[in-house]
Amino acid sequence: MKLLNKFTIGAGSVALALFIYAGLTYMFTGYGFRFDIGWLLTSLNPYMWAGLGVAAAVSLSVLGAAIGIYSIGSSILGGGVKAPRIRTKNLVSIVFCEAAAIYGIIMSVVISNGINNQSITTKETLMSDYRGGYRLFGAGLTVGWSNLFCGIALGVVGSGAALADAQNPTLFVKILIVEIFASAIGLFGLIVSILISSGSKVGKS
Amino acid sequence: MFLDVLFNIDNGYLEGLVRGFKSGILKNQDYINLVQCETLEDLKLHLQTTDYGNFLANEPSPLTVSVIDDKIREKYVLEFQHLRNHAVKPLSKFLDYITYSYMIDNIVLLITGHLHQRSVQELLPKCHPLGMFEQMGAITVADTSASLYNAILIDTPLAPYFIDCISEHDLDELNIEIMRNTLYKAYIEDFYNFCKELGGPTGEVMCELLAFEADRRAFMITINSLGVDLPKDERSKLYPRCGKLYPDGLNQLSKAEEYDQVKMIAESYADYRPLFENVGTNPGDKTIEDKFFEQEVKMNLNAFMRQFGFGVFYSFLKLKEQENRNIIWIAECVAQKHRTRIDNYIPIM
Repeated sequence: MKLLNKFTIGAGSVALALFIYAGLTYMFTGYGFRFDIGWLLTSLNPYMWAGLGVAAAVSLSVLGAAIGIYSIGSSILGGGVKAPRIRTKNLVSIVFCEAAAIYGIIMSVVISNGINNQSITTKETLMSDYRGGYRLFGAGLTVGWSNLFCGIALGVVGSGAALADAQNPTLFVKILIVEIFASAIGLFGLIVSILISSGSKVGKS
Repeated sequence: MFLDVLFNIDNGYLEGLVRGFKSGILKNQDYINLVQCETLEDLKLHLQTTDYGNFLANEPSPLTVSVIDDKIREKYVLEFQHLRNHAVKPLSKFLDYITYSYMIDNIVLLITGHLHQRSVQELLPKCHPLGMFEQMGAITVADTSASLYNAILIDTPLAPYFIDCISEHDLDELNIEIMRNTLYKAYIEDFYNFCKELGGPTGEVMCELLAFEADRRAFMITINSLGVDLPKDERSKLYPRCGKLYPDGLNQLSKAEEYDQVKMIAESYADYRPLFENVGTNPGDKTIEDKFFEQEVKMNLNAFMRQFGFGVFYSFLKLKEQENRNIIWIAECVAQKHRTRIDNYIPIM
């Protein structure tokens, strides 16, 4: 299915038209001040931001790992019918994918440890809570999206590795080097996420 | 990107399986061994060491070439049917499209056989197994193409291809060939549009392969109708329009009267110019059909370089057919002990 088929173009243009109509109505009736991003950001509780960070960390990483595992797994099964020797060697590609999911769960545990009871006494504690919320949200998004694309990359490369190994056994080790680079990008997400989330918390510990 | 990522959900296993089948195709070394055989029993022995295994084990003792042909075809038909049974849309629709060309051949075979007073029982086993559909036996009842369509073909998947060839003329020799080519033209254009709509690696690989097939049909129709009394506009209605020759090359081909003119038309297309060079009917030369087969094998092997596409399924079937033709050519030369042209098979890998 193409992405830009008739259904998505239709739905997208209806949504855009409604949005423009709503925006122009607010503007011309003098209620333009209601479109207030600052209000939106400050009225959302920092707990929500931190909670979304936890969710993004584990769910997006697991999605990436799942895409990787099914891609590689189905190719191993197909190629393993006529070339049974590839079955065990190619499981190492699946272990790489699993590592992407593990980064996600590590970060979600670290982020959720930063969520504590709020007790707001001064302006500084309020600001520190907001800062903590945003930082934990950023940490979760970072590791989630990095590991999503890491898993997708590992899936495409790993399934190619399985099929190439079935044809010519010397190719597997060479393609494994590409997979190492693919899993490194997941690691980058983990590192940046640890840097952001270290020391940040919502509420007192 | 989405095509690559989501392809393996439905089709990953089958793609891996078909690549495994392709690695069992006979290599050059196998052909060298087969060419050195003295009898068909030797041939059977050599084939046992390849992917074919003991497929001729249960056949009664004097082996004939037609038995070997049937068993080889049975093997790759079984593999194709296994793939088709495990496929879901859109791969299932793609594999169905591949079988329509065999249906067209079967219909023409049955009608031609009926015209030569052969019975349906004799003809049905000769039909290609991939092109079977219900009510095949009832085809011989029809006299004109209109009644053929209304009675039988309207229920088959080939119904939309018949729009251009319904007429009240009786089905005779020349009309059958015209009907076959008209049907095939409608089928290949439909298949081309389907692949183009699928897009991605499938579209890129299949559109190349089908464009080559369409142009090859155009050239062969022209060359075969050079001496025959076929009016020019009839001829141009048989050319498929989905190839590289459309529209200029097809216009020129429809006006060609001699072989040299056809060769000159091919000179202006870089893909087809090398196919027409060094062609002849002397014992050492290759014929134009051989050159087309060689080019087809090369393009089909290239289709395996793309992952996450359906081109591999089509190419696998075509390569197995070519292997079938090669083995039968060698078997015929061995059986008749006429070994001068035994090396005229098309090597695949």
